[in-house]
Amino acid sequence: MSDNNLKRIVIEPVTRVEGHGKVSLLLDEKNNVKQARLHIVEFRGFERFIIGRPYWEIPVLVQRLCGICPVSHHLAAAKAMDIIAGVDELTPTAEKMRRLMHYGQTFQSHALHFFHLCSPDLLFGFDADPAIRNVIGVAQKFPELAVQGVMMRKYGQEIIKVTAGKKIHGTGAIPGGINKNLSIEERDGLLKDIDQMVEWAIGAVNIAKDYTLKNVDLAKSFGSFDSNHLGLVREDGAMDLYHGNLRAVDKDGNKIFDQVDYKNYRDYIAEEVKDWSYMKFPFIKSIGPENGWYRVGPLSRVNICDFIDTPLAEKERQEFMAITAGKPNNMTLAYHWTRMIEALHSIEKIKELLNDPDLQGTDLVKTGKRRGEAVGLLEAPRGTLFHHYEVDENDQVTMANLIVSTTNNNTPMNTAVQRVAEEHLSGKPEITEGLLNHIEVAIRAYDPCLSCATHAMGKMPLIVSLFDHKGELVDKKVKE
Amino acid sequence: MLIGYGNPGRLDDGMGPALADAIEKLNLPDVTVDSDYQLTVEDAANVSEHDIVIFADAAVKGQEPFFFKEIQPKADISFSTHSIEPEAVLALAHDLFKAHTKAYVLGMRGYEFDDFGEKLSDKAQNNLLEAIEFIKTRLSEQKFD
Repeated sequence: MSDNNLKRIVIEPVTRVEGHGKVSLLLDEKNNVKQARLHIVEFRGFERFIIGRPYWEIPVLVQRLCGICPVSHHLAAAKAMDIIAGVDELTPTAEKMRRLMHYGQTFQSHALHFFHLCSPDLLFGFDADPAIRNVIGVAQKFPELAVQGVMMRKYGQEIIKVTAGKKIHGTGAIPGGINKNLSIEERDGLLKDIDQMVEWAIGAVNIAKDYTLKNVDLAKSFGSFDSNHLGLVREDGAMDLYHGNLRAVDKDGNKIFDQVDYKNYRDYIAEEVKDWSYMKFPFIKSIGPENGWYRVGPLSRVNICDFIDTPLAEKERQEFMAITAGKPNNMTLAYHWTRMIEALHSIEKIKELLNDPDLQGTDLVKTGKRRGEAVGLLEAPRGTLFHHYEVDENDQVTMANLIVSTTNNNTPMNTAVQRVAEEHLSGKPEITEGLLNHIEVAIRAYDPCLSCATHAMGKMPLIVSLFDHKGELVDKKVKE
Repeated sequence: MLIGYGNPGRLDDGMGPALADAIEKLNLPDVTVDSDYQLTVEDAANVSEHDIVIFADAAVKGQEPFFFKEIQPKADISFSTHSIEPEAVLALAHDLFKAHTKAYVLGMRGYEFDDFGEKLSDKAQNNLLEAIEFIKTRLSEQKFD
């Protein structure tokens, strides 16, 4: 069938600038979905922005890439710049302060996603009126839950404040270490609320778990598909969100590669360019672009690790893995459950760290012999984040390659949209509220970063465009 | 409370944080200053602890050099972003924390947003300076209506 016989429906939610997310659905003559494409505008030019800058500025500069998860970029760049500075191992105080910052970031990001974006879908149903199915609706009907979400987010932000410094200009991590430790006052301020946070995190896991188990048939079918999974694991196979080696498994859990030093990532991962998208499509080299794409993020991290080294989260992991008999879980909606398992893991780690006297140590920075190239990797809340740099003899950055989590999940998100659209398209070439709702829910499960850059007032309409098979616009809806 | 928000790495989007920096340096009594890349739900908790909040941001359209207006609580319907609008922050502050905070938006007209860079355009810089003078007077006199 030629493209002339296909109709294209475009769903364009422009949440920030330049049309960050746009879904186009290509229909055949019978109005069945032939092809689904999620277009995310990636911010070209960022590499140019940092080329020529001295390497010690990079951990601060890269925070400008994403206003949503600046800490992840800050730490990934700092890890790379440690190597550039000739430092292979940080002091215990530096390593633990960075971990505290990272777990604080993961805790607040996961809590925010769950309570703000996901819980309205789970509590009100995917087809509920969007006027109610949002965080304000949750605040009105489930105020205690909404307060928990706000306070968990606030707690994580407090951790970031005492480890990274100013929210808009975090300077905590520097090449070779950190610039401050945690004072006794800061520690005690955080310890005061830690048990409450653990309790709320357990409650959030239970909400996600109960929803999934009660709706297991829906979860199995909704935007689900088999895939490979990729992420970092510790040398003993434990989940480690801050540092480890790369592991990839296939849909059945067979290892594709394991314990790969991430500085060699280019030997294992390649990126495909497609003419219809600014975003690249990463894949596992040994399998190839057709079948080598993979998922990243909470679902993949829980799927690939052998265990979690905190007791409450490990108990939840075991329960989660039991529903697929220990094999990888490939349900898109399971991202929510695993995201909350990670939130619980993060707050357990935070408690462990706050009780560690190393955080009050004074040996903060190491130095070494300068190197010219480095890779920094970590597990950001949304998935594996790659930072790769080259620095010349004048200390200036000459090459930067970043693969962000949302790029790693590019093909999976497209596939999820296709599955959902196939199931929910009404049979008519029109965007029904139900179709729109279900596509939103599928994309949201991946927590994609669609709002990395500017957000100035006046640039946030939701635009829905409908084209006929000749490519002519026949309908357009705008939500301000 | 004054919250200036935006991304200083995206040209004129940095007007909000730039205004917050300028006001913070004045050390005005009874004024809390904060800045961030965007507004998020925990701002509701901070807002609820204040009588008056001013949200300062760059604006892609509207009155030059800036506009200043009171806002009312309003539900926010977003697709997939971790940030929310000033009206939604206010709604959460009222609904969740039973606050009676009054809120205003200061929208400073910007012109260049679609590239990376840490410098404001000349016109945005001028608008920012006028906005700083305006807000400085309002905060000093504690008059907003």
